[in-house]
Amino acid sequence: MALPLTYNLRNVLVRWRATLATILGIALVVAVFILIQSLAAGLEQSGRNTGDPRNLMIVRKGSTAESSSQISREQLKTFGYLPQIARDGRGRPLLSADLTVLVSLPRADGNGEANVTVRGLGPMGIELRPQVTLTAGRWFIPGRREAVVSTKMAQRFAHCAPGQHFKTGGKELTVAGWFDGGNSAFDSEIWMDADEARDLFDRESYSSVLVRMMDTNAAAQFMGRMEKDRRLPMRVVPEVAYYSEQTRTSVVFKVIGTFLAVAMSVGAFFAAMNTMYASVGSRTREIGTLRVLGYRRRAILLSFLVEGGIVAALGGLLGCATSVGLQSLSVFLGWQFGTMSFNTFSEVVFQFRITPGLAAQGLLFAVVVGVLGSLLPAIRAARLPVIAALKEV
Amino acid sequence: MPTNGAIVQIRNLSKIYAQGEIQVTALDNVSLDIGACEFLTLMGPSGSGKSTLLHIIAGIDRPTSGECRVQNIDVTRLNESRLADWRNQNVGFVFQTFNLIPVLTAFENVELPLLLTQLSRKERRQQVETALDLVGLADRARHLPRQLSGGQEQRVAIARALVTDPTLVVADEPTGNLDSHSAQEVLGVLKSLSSDAGKTVIMVTHDPKAAAFGTRTIHLEKGELIKD
Repeated sequence: MALPLTYNLRNVLVRWRATLATILGIALVVAVFILIQSLAAGLEQSGRNTGDPRNLMIVRKGSTAESSSQISREQLKTFGYLPQIARDGRGRPLLSADLTVLVSLPRADGNGEANVTVRGLGPMGIELRPQVTLTAGRWFIPGRREAVVSTKMAQRFAHCAPGQHFKTGGKELTVAGWFDGGNSAFDSEIWMDADEARDLFDRESYSSVLVRMMDTNAAAQFMGRMEKDRRLPMRVVPEVAYYSEQTRTSVVFKVIGTFLAVAMSVGAFFAAMNTMYASVGSRTREIGTLRVLGYRRRAILLSFLVEGGIVAALGGLLGCATSVGLQSLSVFLGWQFGTMSFNTFSEVVFQFRITPGLAAQGLLFAVVVGVLGSLLPAIRAARLPVIAALKEV
Repeated sequence: MPTNGAIVQIRNLSKIYAQGEIQVTALDNVSLDIGACEFLTLMGPSGSGKSTLLHIIAGIDRPTSGECRVQNIDVTRLNESRLADWRNQNVGFVFQTFNLIPVLTAFENVELPLLLTQLSRKERRQQVETALDLVGLADRARHLPRQLSGGQEQRVAIARALVTDPTLVVADEPTGNLDSHSAQEVLGVLKSLSSDAGKTVIMVTHDPKAAAFGTRTIHLEKGELIKD
């Protein structure tokens, strides 16, 4: 039979000064863990948010990203009119042959330059991406050397307000408006007309083709047919799956986050151990009394483990609250985060994303650290000889 | 010395401590019977072995040799876990320094031994209230130990010792930390436990006035029983 939980809770409260440092230490570890993991989650989410389930993405076989893919105009003609592709009211196939190019643009804060993905879209490119909405100005008009910039990129790069001009490929582009990608990968792009982009960047082929399927059966048939056609060395994947694959950069965040958290948790582990040793030391006679009353060694052991767990859980909750608070603050202040994608080598923007799962992981992490840190002090408490413990002043 | 109906039967009990190279004999071949409803007091100078004898009878220390039977169970042969259970069911312990748990109220302190039993919450509450009533502290149930006087704390400790309705109540210098008025109160409660509640009470004391409350006094010196 275990000691009542109130006994542990009140002991933690009574020793609040001694336990506060440990609680704060554990809170810090948990907050760092959650925040870095939430950046990874935010990055992954921006990948998951991208794409329409009705669309298929076509890139060259063997290419891992659009930037390393090429699709010639002849190839496009071979599959561009297949019957599985949905049509618009005028019978034209719903597809967009896109060209993506990396350009270097000066940052808004004057802190050097960074790579940005410029996407040249086919005439139906915007219609195929309904999650993208215009937030300022208007869409680009082909032939006028115009571009539309994502609102988030416009905040990070210079000369990107509507009406302003920026130079790329030796030519000047005018910003016609801003768009919002709905927290998707498109938030990290600049859009313009595909053929104009081919001309501007001197490219013969396209990078990818986005096609809208009539239905899921048609999509399966289309993928099967493309796979069998030896003239077409293409990889066809659902658009949503394609963008999910593109967020491998998040792995780096996860590794860094886990490494930092593990390194810091060593400190938290010793803090928890120290607190619990002090607690056992100051309660030696109490432990002896409990043993005399009939509590077994394992009840004492369990009680101190529970107490360490409570201290750590309090730290964990504080850490969760801190990270959620920071997230809310970041939303309130409109903070966003940018990193270089290791797939496209261009700047990608995203936001914190603290999920209940992440908070639970942080909390569990804290409790594990607390319980492990309490193990040795708890064993010491359980092994105290009763008579010696009773004589302790 | 009662031989028939003895609750506690001690035979040839010895306890030898090793202090470095030196061996210290705390108890030397002690034999003793303690009857039901007795209020036995153990007296003797410091280091005479009276507390050691009390601890062995209460099952919190083990002898080097000999046996100690309480209601025909040789407590020296029980393993650690069974001994813990046995203490919970059969022994109530009263300490010189009260040893109440500071973060628990008087009620919760008294309830502690009952949490190890199968009693329902309601039954536990009834028993705790009865025990506190018996020591005259029913109105202090919600007080923390620091809110009680020394005498009140010791009476709560006595309530905790008798709440499980044990066969034995053992007390190690229970009045050592009390003023004379509180000491009288506590000794009165212990005496009534043996005379009215039918408990066997064993008390270690230095104080002859305290010993006078007992029905029998035993003197120990250098680990030996010298007078009964």
